[in-house]
Amino acid sequence: MGLDFNVVPEFLDLILIGAMWTIAITLVAAAISLVGGVLFAVIALYGHWLVRYPVKFFAWLFMGTPLLLQLFLIYFGLVQVGIDLPAFVAGVIGLGLHFAVYNSDIIQAGILAVDKGQAEGGRTLGLSQFQTIYKIIVPQALRNTLPSIGNNIIALLKDSALVSVIGVTELIHASQLAISETFRPFEFYITAAVCYYVINLALEAILRKIENNAQIAR
Amino acid sequence: MDIDLMLRVYPYFLEATLITIQLAVLTVILGLICGALGAAARLSANKYIRFLGATYVSVIRGTPALIQLFILYYGGSQVGINLDAFEAGVIGLGINIGAYMTETIRGAIIAVDKGQVEASRTLGMSKIQTLIKVVLPQAARLMIRPLGVNINAQIKATALVSAISVVELTYTAQRYIGSTYKPFEMFFLAGVIYLALIYVTSLLVNWLDRKAQIK
Repeated sequence: MGLDFNVVPEFLDLILIGAMWTIAITLVAAAISLVGGVLFAVIALYGHWLVRYPVKFFAWLFMGTPLLLQLFLIYFGLVQVGIDLPAFVAGVIGLGLHFAVYNSDIIQAGILAVDKGQAEGGRTLGLSQFQTIYKIIVPQALRNTLPSIGNNIIALLKDSALVSVIGVTELIHASQLAISETFRPFEFYITAAVCYYVINLALEAILRKIENNAQIAR
Repeated sequence: MDIDLMLRVYPYFLEATLITIQLAVLTVILGLICGALGAAARLSANKYIRFLGATYVSVIRGTPALIQLFILYYGGSQVGINLDAFEAGVIGLGINIGAYMTETIRGAIIAVDKGQVEASRTLGMSKIQTLIKVVLPQAARLMIRPLGVNINAQIKATALVSAISVVELTYTAQRYIGSTYKPFEMFFLAGVIYLALIYVTSLLVNWLDRKAQIK
């Protein structure tokens, strides 16, 4: 069976909707991973040991096991305890938490790298410890770690492909639907790969722009 | 927690672990070969070869590993590449991790002080001699830790081949989740094994790294 890319345009709508879902999953999961990353980092550094150790254990667990397994656990496992999440929600939470753990590692290093005088200055000006952390230290830590967090977000885009296995109709799953009608896996998977590559390039450009803007603000 | 069930199914998980280990070892070896070739291409004096290396890294790192596996396994037969699932898994993941290792290896080679190269060239060594006797031994030392990170990521990435139905750890866990409806127990078993594999690898990498440092 030769290659025939002429079958692709007929399914272009489906593929584009899939691409939209991929972008949506990436954006929502990236937001979760960012907020979660800050939260975990602050808890790991400043939290009471009763919350600190569970968070550290959770992070160790999430870093040491495959994302795919975590997605299965969240999607199928939570049903066991009576929580039935839609596939999209389960996928976004799984991706978000997984990368929150990786972001937390980076942000922790960023927080430790912020000059001690900043915290002292904040406290001297009468801010509470909570205010000092959220208004002075975290924003500086985030700006300094932006490039590494950007790398994680790009990794997140690629790993969003895994959500197809729990049945979210993103780029890969959309291609599979087209393949089940045409029996032409090569053409559609290549199309999907091109879409990923283009989204990847766009995302890289946007992240670089954000990085540059953060630098100017200095 | 259903301990009885876990005791009943764990032998199957151990069997699957052997497949996961095989996958990890074979893909890391293939990845190192691809990575060495890729780094050589990226550092080549010939601009076409350099472009080839850069394209390899950019395309492989710019698309998900899952879709690379699908193209190779499902799409391969359309262009005359017939592989079974295990072979496709090894080749696909090997080429994938190779792109990341290309950058790791290239980074380590670049990090070797330029003065070292100049000195050995001045001493009358050829370019090849300089590379083999001066640059690579120093670069190898710098590579151990970042390659260890690549290898740990690769152990987790082997889970992807469950999507092309290779019966490794994640596939086994998934199958038993389907037949027993006990996701937590199955996740626990598979998770503990993955954590153990990664722990042992980290110990090995740390040991190797300590050995390689100049005292």
